[in-house]
Amino acid sequence: MVRRIEAALKPDFADPKADAILQRIRDDFGATSLHLIRRANVCSFEKELSEADATVVAGQILCDPVNQQYCLDRPIDTFFNYAIEIGFRPGVKDNVADTIRIACEDALNKKIEGGIYTSTLYLFYGEFPKRRAKEICEKLLCNPLIERYSEFTPLNARKYYLKASLPKAGEQAMGKTLAIKLPAGKKALERLSKKRLLALTAEEMLEIKKHYAKPSTKKTRKKLGLPPAPTDVEIECIAQTWSEHCKHKIFNAQIDYIDKTQKPHKRQRINSLFKTYIAGTTQRIEVAQPYLLSVFEDNAGIIAIDDEWALALKAETHNTPSALDPYGGALTGILGVNRDVLGSGLGAKPIFNTDVFCFAHPNYDKKLPPRILHPKRVFEGVRAGVERGGNASGIPTVNGSIVFHDSYLGKPLVYCGTGGIMPRRLADGRETHIKRVQAGARIFMVGGKIGKDGIHGATFSSIELNEASPTSAVQLGDPFTQKIMLDFLLESRDKGLHSALTDNGAGGLSSSVGEMSQMSGGAQIHLEKCPLKYPGLNPWEIFVSESQERMTVAVPPQNCEEFISLAKKFGAEATDIGEFTSTGNLVANYHGKTVLCLPLEFLHGGLPKMKLTAILQNKKIHSETFPIPNNLTSQLLSLLQMPDICSKESIVRQYDHEVQGMGVIKPLCGVNGAGPSDAAVLQPFYGRRTGIVISHGICPRFSQYDAYDMAQLAVDEAVRNYIATGGDPRHWAALDNFCWPDPVQSKKNKDGAHKLAQLVRANQGMADACLHYNLPLVSGKDSMKNDYSFGKIKISVLPTLLISMCGVMLDARRAVSTDFKKSGDIIYALGKTRNEMRGSQYCQMHEKEGKEHPKVNLHENYILYKNLHHAMQKGLISAAHDVSDGGIAVTLAEMAIGGQLGMHVKCASIPHEGGMRDDEILFSETAGRFIVTIKAQDAGEFEKIMQDCEFAKIGNVISGTQFVVGGANPSSHITTSVKELESAFKKTITW
Amino acid sequence: MAIARAAVLCGFGINCEDETAHALRIAGAKTELVHFNSLQKSPQELQTYQLLALPGGFSFGDDIQSGRVLANKFKFKIFSSLKKFVDEGKPVIGICNGFQALVQLGALPGWDGWEARNLTLMANRNGKFEDRWVRLRTESCACPFAQGMDAVFSLPIRHGEGQVALSDLHTLEKLSDNRQIVFRYAGKDGMKATSYPDNPNGSADAIAGLCNQYGNVLGMMPHPECHVRYLQNPLWTANPPQIGERKEEDALSGILKKIGLHEGEKLPGDYGNCIPFFQGVVNAAKRH
Repeated sequence: MVRRIEAALKPDFADPKADAILQRIRDDFGATSLHLIRRANVCSFEKELSEADATVVAGQILCDPVNQQYCLDRPIDTFFNYAIEIGFRPGVKDNVADTIRIACEDALNKKIEGGIYTSTLYLFYGEFPKRRAKEICEKLLCNPLIERYSEFTPLNARKYYLKASLPKAGEQAMGKTLAIKLPAGKKALERLSKKRLLALTAEEMLEIKKHYAKPSTKKTRKKLGLPPAPTDVEIECIAQTWSEHCKHKIFNAQIDYIDKTQKPHKRQRINSLFKTYIAGTTQRIEVAQPYLLSVFEDNAGIIAIDDEWALALKAETHNTPSALDPYGGALTGILGVNRDVLGSGLGAKPIFNTDVFCFAHPNYDKKLPPRILHPKRVFEGVRAGVERGGNASGIPTVNGSIVFHDSYLGKPLVYCGTGGIMPRRLADGRETHIKRVQAGARIFMVGGKIGKDGIHGATFSSIELNEASPTSAVQLGDPFTQKIMLDFLLESRDKGLHSALTDNGAGGLSSSVGEMSQMSGGAQIHLEKCPLKYPGLNPWEIFVSESQERMTVAVPPQNCEEFISLAKKFGAEATDIGEFTSTGNLVANYHGKTVLCLPLEFLHGGLPKMKLTAILQNKKIHSETFPIPNNLTSQLLSLLQMPDICSKESIVRQYDHEVQGMGVIKPLCGVNGAGPSDAAVLQPFYGRRTGIVISHGICPRFSQYDAYDMAQLAVDEAVRNYIATGGDPRHWAALDNFCWPDPVQSKKNKDGAHKLAQLVRANQGMADACLHYNLPLVSGKDSMKNDYSFGKIKISVLPTLLISMCGVMLDARRAVSTDFKKSGDIIYALGKTRNEMRGSQYCQMHEKEGKEHPKVNLHENYILYKNLHHAMQKGLISAAHDVSDGGIAVTLAEMAIGGQLGMHVKCASIPHEGGMRDDEILFSETAGRFIVTIKAQDAGEFEKIMQDCEFAKIGNVISGTQFVVGGANPSSHITTSVKELESAFKKTITW
Repeated sequence: MAIARAAVLCGFGINCEDETAHALRIAGAKTELVHFNSLQKSPQELQTYQLLALPGGFSFGDDIQSGRVLANKFKFKIFSSLKKFVDEGKPVIGICNGFQALVQLGALPGWDGWEARNLTLMANRNGKFEDRWVRLRTESCACPFAQGMDAVFSLPIRHGEGQVALSDLHTLEKLSDNRQIVFRYAGKDGMKATSYPDNPNGSADAIAGLCNQYGNVLGMMPHPECHVRYLQNPLWTANPPQIGERKEEDALSGILKKIGLHEGEKLPGDYGNCIPFFQGVVNAAKRH
């Protein structure tokens, strides 16, 4: 019989989580006479657990005697009115159950046979709206994709407990390999690709067919006992390897670009956007070469900090999984990018995470299309996933932002970035940024085990989100397993035990072993040796499963013994699953039988190059203006409540942004931490003053007008944030993450060619800006199918580019924060304000387009940035804040809120082009500007340094909390207090 | 001068071991990161140290309840060895997750041979994980480590389950009578915090740190290891260190001498106000 142990808080201890759910059910479902919810943690043991053992487990492990009570095989109370139990679906990873097993085995000193499963029981007191139970479960209590629910009342509780069913996975022995016959004809091939979720085009399928038709292929296959047609293991392996996700087919395509906005039409052939604008840009920046160690080769970009230390940088997206299960999607996103950094070179230790999200408005009130979660639920889930992923891994979340636009309703964008450090050399003299795999090295799989979760992630993210999207692509990460693996692998690195390692991410073993085998020239693995979570997996599933927390490691034979015993010390799983060879083939066996043999040349070089056409259309956007409102104070207070601008403090505080103790500039600054920082500064090395600066820029609103300018604005924003905080413009690097709507023209996607043209424009804009600023790109990632389609409804994201930046400052004590510091400090505006209102937060608030969107003046800005950095190095700047969303008025307000100090500023003193109104000067979002404060005695020296830039003194910080901007006439004055600004700033996001 | 060997526990999801070891080294200890499995393999190894630190983190993912599974590891695998270490009066500190483990273990409050279960750490009153700098006041207590601390000082909390909950009022009396309350959350005026966010998690009587009745086992939710450098204090930019002047370097070495810092560890910037705490712990360890 199943043994159930339930533990819940005693009634006299408050449960804020249950209270929050109670409130939601009362408010959203009108259940006004529901008056209490009690939550119980349920743990079910599949195999008999004696009364004595169960008592030990309940009393010593599952229940805290001070504030909890427990019950065996019955609910903790009988006076409830309704009960709902939420448990996982079969096959979903139950992390808590895994921990309970460890704890039980420690306490009982014996192995626990059979499965352990956890669930949550909600007991409702008062009248529960039974008819809406399904809705309550699906909207509030669980995600039906990974969880299931069941209901009972006190009357049928007995029966319910007797018949409790457990979410057992697997069981029946499978282990079969099938041959997949490739049919004749394009249409049939396309159908097969769709049916098996291969995400391959007809041309690609034909290329595969060609390979199998070759006499040499046929001969080899016969010798190995393989069928003439591809096995399912092979076809799945090829699909993963050739997926857009892994091979970036669009960024490597040959593109014929036609610009129809020019007369005559401009034509250009681009041979790979990646090679031309990304890798090509970095190669051309000569001054950066000395500190670039590994760019675009490894899982992350690696730069030198100094002679002793290197920094690995990477940012990823996890959009589709986050659309389906926001919590699990974001959690696996974070853990995945951490593994990218751990898997760079010989292994870097993650020291920070960054998170940038794009969501639809959290108060979205129109009808939701099918299978779409409400944006607020997506937001809350993603936030919780980041909290779990970062906090439980001990990696601080130091920088990020949230962008709101309803184009993200179909697919939210979830960008996760990580930076890690490693010593430049090991004790044995090897350089850590170089991987080596020699034939004969053993292949180890380290970390978690393989299950059916996460099959087809790579191919799945390479297509749009639609009604057929598989649920197996969603999974729950486990930071605990990963942390153990991380501790183990970093010690293995320091001991020099492994020679290469990589993450098992998209495509699982098929990708990781496939990629590493290129270094030795082949690999042979034994799929039956891979540890499984449960029986019943077919060989192809073992090979492509993306079950989390796994790395593939190359260990020279002489180190294997020590490697295994080190794994044991840390309690990490490490299994020898095969060896690297030099046969030129990737080979997989299953119980002695060959199930896959693919020449590396074909697997990695056989993918035909995509040929695409891009056509930039002239899209007319009319200009709209509106008269100056008669109260600019209320305009500013309303702007501060706009979701893109408002305070994110309540979110930031739920992330641990200080663990590892390196933080110098944290995401919140000022007296009560109420001010937002522009960038983060860390001091990662004990006993040294070196600082690392982390910033980003993202401006998707402007891609509607010109993707070229959008990309430059993103680069400029990242650079401004970096410079404002004290980063050195001579020692920096950037990451590019493009998230685009499908840019491939088809019957279903009629403006694909234009979207591709926007991609070309964005690449050109980014490349021009990076070249001018001498800012090398070192790594990146693209996500190309961010569309949702269901029947006739199609939602595509705004073309979005995230630029993440990281660089070095020699002395972290030179870092500068955004908050006003002392009354009497002089306030300067740096950079010229132009009448560039289109797309601004101010125009958005008025629901008007505006005239002229911002364009970046690279030449002016670069001089300004270098001068400002010079002034910072001299210690002249007491506060600095970049001007972006909401313009100068919002910038000043944020600085005042941070410092809890008021100011007097004159609008007319702000350097601006002619003919601008006060509201335009205050709210325009021209790039390349800052507000800084300077002590009165430093003004002379500062002005001398800045002399070849546009800048002006605009006012002073004052001792009170009055906030005044003097306008051209009394109606355009802004007069308010810091307190009022702060309360407006903090009103919007409070959860 | 005697050297204190400190064991800093690592592994199983603990994640503040590096900065905790760093703080102890600044204060003059010789530190080693020790994995629980090494202690389990040879429990007597623990006795070769004079100090045990249980750092913060998410041991066993915080599953079931923070600190519980790690506490059970000690309890079921190396209990007598740990008990001996404590009974000899050697200092044991638990920070954040380490504090939670000491409470789950019964080492705090440490009554009735660790059998008593009178207090626990439960979810914060607002139900959220929170990262926030707080003020603590140092109480008159049985713990010798805290004696060098300022009356009021600041440092961060970073936890989701840090609310000290007591089984009954009698427990509070007994804690008070035994002088076991080491730190309380404080308001701007330096007095005991009365409301959120000064008392960030709703702890009973604003308790932030406790010791056992002998004063050698101490647990606290806030992170003192994150305020051993001046630049860790988020308010430093309002009062930045003067750079490159002789005066500053002299002042710094003066401070180093005054607080008797270990010379092997160079300080970047100035010192933070939790260094005396680690010195207190290390000095106590040196007596063993």
